[in-house]
Amino acid sequence: MSLDKATVAKIAHLARIKVPEEELGHLAGELNNILSFVEQLNEVDTGNVPPMTSVAAQKLRRRQDQVTDGGYPQDIVRNAPEAAEGYFAVPKVVE
Amino acid sequence: MTQLTHLTMADALKGLAEKQFTAVELTEAHVRAVEKARPLNAFITETPDKALEMAKASDARRAKGEAGPMDGLPIAVKDLFCTKDVLTTAASHILDGFQPGYESTVTSNLWRDGAVMLGKVNLDEFAMGSANITSYYGDVINPWSPGEPGNWPRKLVPGGSSGGSAAAVAARVALGATGTDTGGSIRQPAAFTGIVGIKPTYGRCSRWGVVAFASSLDQAGPMTRTVRDSAIMLRSMCGFDPKDSTSVDMPVPDFEKAITGDIRGLRVGIPKEYRVDGMPAEIEEMWRKGIEWLKAAGATPVDISLPHTKYALAAYYIVAPAECSSNLARYDGVRYGLRVEGNSLNEMYENTRGAGFGKEVRRRILIGTYVLSAGYYDAYYLQAQKVRTRIKWDFDQAFEQCDVILTPTAPSGAFAIGEKMDDPIQMYLNDVFTVPVNLAGLPGMSIPAGLGADGLPLGLQLIGKPFDEETLFRVGGVIEDAAQFTATPPFVA
Repeated sequence: MSLDKATVAKIAHLARIKVPEEELGHLAGELNNILSFVEQLNEVDTGNVPPMTSVAAQKLRRRQDQVTDGGYPQDIVRNAPEAAEGYFAVPKVVE
Repeated sequence: MTQLTHLTMADALKGLAEKQFTAVELTEAHVRAVEKARPLNAFITETPDKALEMAKASDARRAKGEAGPMDGLPIAVKDLFCTKDVLTTAASHILDGFQPGYESTVTSNLWRDGAVMLGKVNLDEFAMGSANITSYYGDVINPWSPGEPGNWPRKLVPGGSSGGSAAAVAARVALGATGTDTGGSIRQPAAFTGIVGIKPTYGRCSRWGVVAFASSLDQAGPMTRTVRDSAIMLRSMCGFDPKDSTSVDMPVPDFEKAITGDIRGLRVGIPKEYRVDGMPAEIEEMWRKGIEWLKAAGATPVDISLPHTKYALAAYYIVAPAECSSNLARYDGVRYGLRVEGNSLNEMYENTRGAGFGKEVRRRILIGTYVLSAGYYDAYYLQAQKVRTRIKWDFDQAFEQCDVILTPTAPSGAFAIGEKMDDPIQMYLNDVFTVPVNLAGLPGMSIPAGLGADGLPLGLQLIGKPFDEETLFRVGGVIEDAAQFTATPPFVA
């Protein structure tokens, strides 16, 4: 399987990363190298092998469904490039 | 009096307890070292005022008889740990100006025990790299680089991603440093700079407040100049944290007590698959020496097989990018860091992320996005997770025949900036011996074992059973005693 420039552009869009047109070709080459390197995984017999979901044999802990934190919106937005009245501000989404 | 910056943590604690010097004096010496070491580019942010303030508070605690287990010890913090009100960058442009309103659990634990923060140290961007050459804040120089310091004819890499941590500890700038290890990022730089580094079992150290790269692989750990110092520092760093759902609720052993020197009867596994093609003879020789040392101390070497070792890197380069593409989705120009405006919300996202991520991070996000995308998930991600299970099974079986595994840490010593850079795969091969440990969630330690032919440090790696860090400390102590690694780098601050 080989990625072409159009596919790389599509992946970049899915990842929301702007990639300049002139870099797509080189990037496709690099990604194809990596994909052909990982191709060897198909040699491994994985019939009846469960995919790993956790390295430690432990169940996820549960906790009470309670609010235990919060109430400081100014602290939450303090690093925002743009904030207004305790909210994050973004470019207009709805016309 | 011995130079304060050359002390081990254990000796510094003794000196403080015996009032040979104060925490302020110890910290002042290290603050000067931080300044002197600037040519290494190890620090992204220096925090001398904070360090002195913490040192003063430490002296006050000690005067009242309330000193903690690390009280007064100046350390460096990898800039992947969130530190309250102190710039935290992950060495990425995209986190420009980010000052967390909270402190990571691991650093909170260190401050609780009295440690003093010298500053935030450099790393590969988002911890993605094996040479500390992908940082937005520039390359870190290995203090072992030959030639006149500051005017190096050939600049060596310190390894990565915890390259700033490794350089700072090796150059006697900090008594220890925090690192994080996703595929070898503590152990490989430790080996490249002649220091000790341990990645504990997955779940030992809380990941809360550590900038996430690949959540199922990331673990924090200490980097120090001796095995004992790593034991002291790890004990402070780990412990149960309800804020990390994968944190393990287990008592934290006194790791120092495990360093008994007695390894009689211990079975040491030697995996045949770690004899890789093209491995330099000096690495092979170091490994052979390591086996002899342990034998001389009464341990029994056992030949073992880890048959899926050769697939570990390939599995890693699917699992890690997949998790990174998901984790790094949060950097969108809305909540923190860089924003590059656009005509729409989507365009703002794309512009911000296009400008904010470096090339290696971008490459991994794109690979991760691809292998998780519809139609490819089973072929890549699911297959990789199944191979990961087989790698884990290999270790489970091996540990029926042995108590600990001994391997080289990396297939080479430090290389120069500019080498191994044309092909990402070539760089990835650095982690061939360390990555399987992360995939299986096991503890791994690198101990300096000696110098190679070119005078550069080489490390040996110990791999343990889950939550059996104590055996690593015990065996690590024996290797340390046998190796008598006393060499110091050409650049010492």
